[in-house]
Amino acid sequence: MSTIKMRISAAGDVLDIKSLIEQVMESGRMKDKATGKLIPANYIQTLTVSVNDKPAVEGNLSVAVSKNPYINFKVPGKKGDKVTIAYTTNLGKSDTATQTA
Amino acid sequence: MQLAWLTPRAVLAAAWPEKAYSTKGFDEALNDLFGASNPTESKDVTIKAPDIAENGAVVPVTIESAVAGTDNIAILVKGNPTPLVANFKFDGAQPFASTRIRMGKTDNVIGVAHAGGKLYMAEKQVKVTIGGCGG
Repeated sequence: MSTIKMRISAAGDVLDIKSLIEQVMESGRMKDKATGKLIPANYIQTLTVSVNDKPAVEGNLSVAVSKNPYINFKVPGKKGDKVTIAYTTNLGKSDTATQTA
Repeated sequence: MQLAWLTPRAVLAAAWPEKAYSTKGFDEALNDLFGASNPTESKDVTIKAPDIAENGAVVPVTIESAVAGTDNIAILVKGNPTPLVANFKFDGAQPFASTRIRMGKTDNVIGVAHAGGKLYMAEKQVKVTIGGCGG
C-alpha cells in the first residue's frame, strides 16, 4: 500500500494533480507526552512529480508543512500519460506511486 | 509500488538545500535558495490563504505566478522558527503550487517567485487562533 494517493484530472493539455501523502511530518521540536523525550524529526524533504518519467515539478518540503501533506500542481500532459510522484524523507525513507491520467 | 527500485534515478534526484531550510533569517533563506534576496512586491504573484485560520497546524496556501519565466516558487512564513516552508522548481509545469502549512501564530504568508534571476513576492496576513507548533 503506497503512502501516496493521487487524483488526476485532465483538461486539454494540462493535468491537475492533487495528492495526499501519509507522512507524520514530525518536526523534532515536539515532546512525547508519555516520556518527556523529544520525538525525532521525520519529514519529507524532497518531492518530485514526473510525467512519463520526465520531472515536471521538483520540490522541497519542510517541517512547516502540515502532517499528511496535501499538494496540488498543474503539469503539462494529457489523458493516458503516466504520472509519478516520489518523495524522500530526512531519514532516507522513500516512496513512489504511479498512476495513469 | 513493488517496482519502485526500477524508477529512473532522476526521479529521486531532487536535492535538499539544508542551509536554506535551517536558517532563521528570511533573506538568508532566499539567498541560500536562489542566490538573491529582497523580492519586489508584484501583483503578478498571487497568494491565496484564509483570513483567519482556526488551526495553525493546517493552513491551506496557494501561490501562483504570472511573471514570465517563473521557474521557482517558494513559500515562507517570517515568524516561523525557520521561515522557509517549501519550494518548488517547475520544469514545464505551471508556476502554481498549493499545499497546507503550519503556522505558530498570526503572521504574513509570503509567496516568492523566481524569474530571470529576480525575485517577486506577494504576502497575505493569516490570523491564527490556535498555533500549529505546540502539542
